Amino acid sequence: MPVTTQELVQFIVADAPVGTPEDPLVRMQEDLKRAIKKPENQRHWVMALDLRKCVGCSACTIACIVENKLPPGVAYRPVLEEEIGTYPNVTRRFVPRPCMQCDNPPCVNVCPVNATYKRPDGIVAINYEDCIGCRYCLTACPYSARTFDSGRHYLDGTPGTPAAITGRPKVESYEKLPAYEYGIAWERKAGASPEGNARKCQFCTHRLNAGMLPACTTTCIGRATYFGDASDHDSLVAGLIASPNVMRLKEEMGTEPKVYYLV
Amino acid sequence: MKKLEQLLWLIAIVGFVAGAYGLYDRFANGHLNVSYGSYIPWGLWIGAYIYLVGVSAGAFLISALVYAFGVKRLEKIGKLALFTAVVSLAIAMFSVFLDLGRPERAWRLMFATNFGSMMGWMIWLYAAYFVLLVTELWFALRGDFVAWSNRKDFAGKLTGFLTFGQKDVSANALARDKKFLRVLGTIGVPLAIAFHGGVGALFGVVGARPYWNSGLTPIMFLVGALCSGGALLTFVTFVFGPNHGSSEHKETVLFLGKIALGLLMFDVMLEWAEYSIGLYSAIPADVASMKLVLFGPYAWVFWGVHIGLGVVVPILLMFWQAKSPFWVAMAGLLIAVTFFTVRLNIVIPGLAVPEMQGLGEAK
Repeated sequence: MPVTTQELVQFIVADAPVGTPEDPLVRMQEDLKRAIKKPENQRHWVMALDLRKCVGCSACTIACIVENKLPPGVAYRPVLEEEIGTYPNVTRRFVPRPCMQCDNPPCVNVCPVNATYKRPDGIVAINYEDCIGCRYCLTACPYSARTFDSGRHYLDGTPGTPAAITGRPKVESYEKLPAYEYGIAWERKAGASPEGNARKCQFCTHRLNAGMLPACTTTCIGRATYFGDASDHDSLVAGLIASPNVMRLKEEMGTEPKVYYLV
Repeated sequence: MKKLEQLLWLIAIVGFVAGAYGLYDRFANGHLNVSYGSYIPWGLWIGAYIYLVGVSAGAFLISALVYAFGVKRLEKIGKLALFTAVVSLAIAMFSVFLDLGRPERAWRLMFATNFGSMMGWMIWLYAAYFVLLVTELWFALRGDFVAWSNRKDFAGKLTGFLTFGQKDVSANALARDKKFLRVLGTIGVPLAIAFHGGVGALFGVVGARPYWNSGLTPIMFLVGALCSGGALLTFVTFVFGPNHGSSEHKETVLFLGKIALGLLMFDVMLEWAEYSIGLYSAIPADVASMKLVLFGPYAWVFWGVHIGLGVVVPILLMFWQAKSPFWVAMAGLLIAVTFFTVRLNIVIPGLAVPEMQGLGEAK
């Protein structure tokens, strides 16, 4: 007989009351299933990050790198760390920073070739085949959410890789796996997109299409990352972003970010 | 004189060899050896581009003094100014072309333009400016092409071809050329102001970078362009100007030097305005960038190269050796060369301050 999550929790925590709330991931998974049944322009993806729960493990950063096959120098979701106080009274603060998927994205306006755009579901996307790699969008983003793929590899500069002058460095097999961003299999080949392009977090669009939560959300051990459709009032995330202890980064820039922080 | 020219050739050859190696590396290894880092995406190429495009605009606007405004004292260097403008524009475009992550898609700038982006505007303004410059240079040189085309060597053949059959050098035809030059020069003035002010605006409009985000940015770009272009022309005229050693040549160099000096002082005043207001109002990111320029690890670039070699020494030379074309030309060279650091100090400090606390350490 299969064991439900609830039964498992009750088994581990002897005093757990009957009706212990289900894992937020299970709830968000159900929310997501409802959302992707709606037409694209009626979904409003938002992310909520509970900073009180973030332990700064950077599992989301790693999961993101693995999911999107990010080369060195490209970061979609770093966890910013801030140290407060002086020894011995020290504490640290962690702020995971995905792309804010702004409603007024400054990066989109500055693109000289219309290679980046705001999708109907709110995600700010890049068309890798159109991007010329000028990096103007990198300078225009107030959150540094875009980085440039300069074609580096993880073993660059280590013994056994040829010097830069004699040819391209050694490429490990794990670096050749395709990334599936925007639902396209991007093979890692020298001189092929997304190398030479601006890159950014896109809430794992390819996973959403398959009914899966973004990699950072699934992997968050503290359950600090929430994701869902804000226009669905029954969704977990819609409730969270309506709470009074919510804030957004650089609100004064007028970018209308779609990532909320619970503090 | 001969020695100076030889020295310049030597520098050019060394530079060419170094540049050829760099070009090889760019095509062999792409952006691998540029190592901008994740959060400082622009560097030397963009610096070189805005510097040279400024020199081009400055040199062109000085040529416009001749062709559009009929300033007699500079008449002899009109062609030299136009030529300087063409060359520096070409190198500037090449620099920014190499900076692209995917240069093979550069055509999209023209055929998929987003006119909501300053960079989208730039490509069209440059294209218009380039066409105008080449046309104007052709009208300015047509008389010389005809004169040269009588020679029997390769130069004769080439110049003969470049006349495109327009070999009429009667007073009437030359007067017609002059008229065209005046029209082109006049159209070119707003165009040059638009494209170089536009480059300034490209930086000025970026709200995310308080150091760039100022109404003064395009104005500083323009004044800097005139200053660096004028200063370079002072030197170029001294070395390559017609009738070397004549009193006319000397007067032209000294006059250009005075223009460059005035513009340099104006530029320093704008710099003062920018820095004093920025530091006093204490907007954190703005101040952080300025402190990086003034007291950061590369403060010697600002104080030593820009203020020392690019402002104080040239001003002293131009005052103490005001009658010596050689020293005035040297002052011009110093201003022109060190102005590159002014451009770098716009691009890099604006990016070097992390936009969010803790970003520097994040990977």
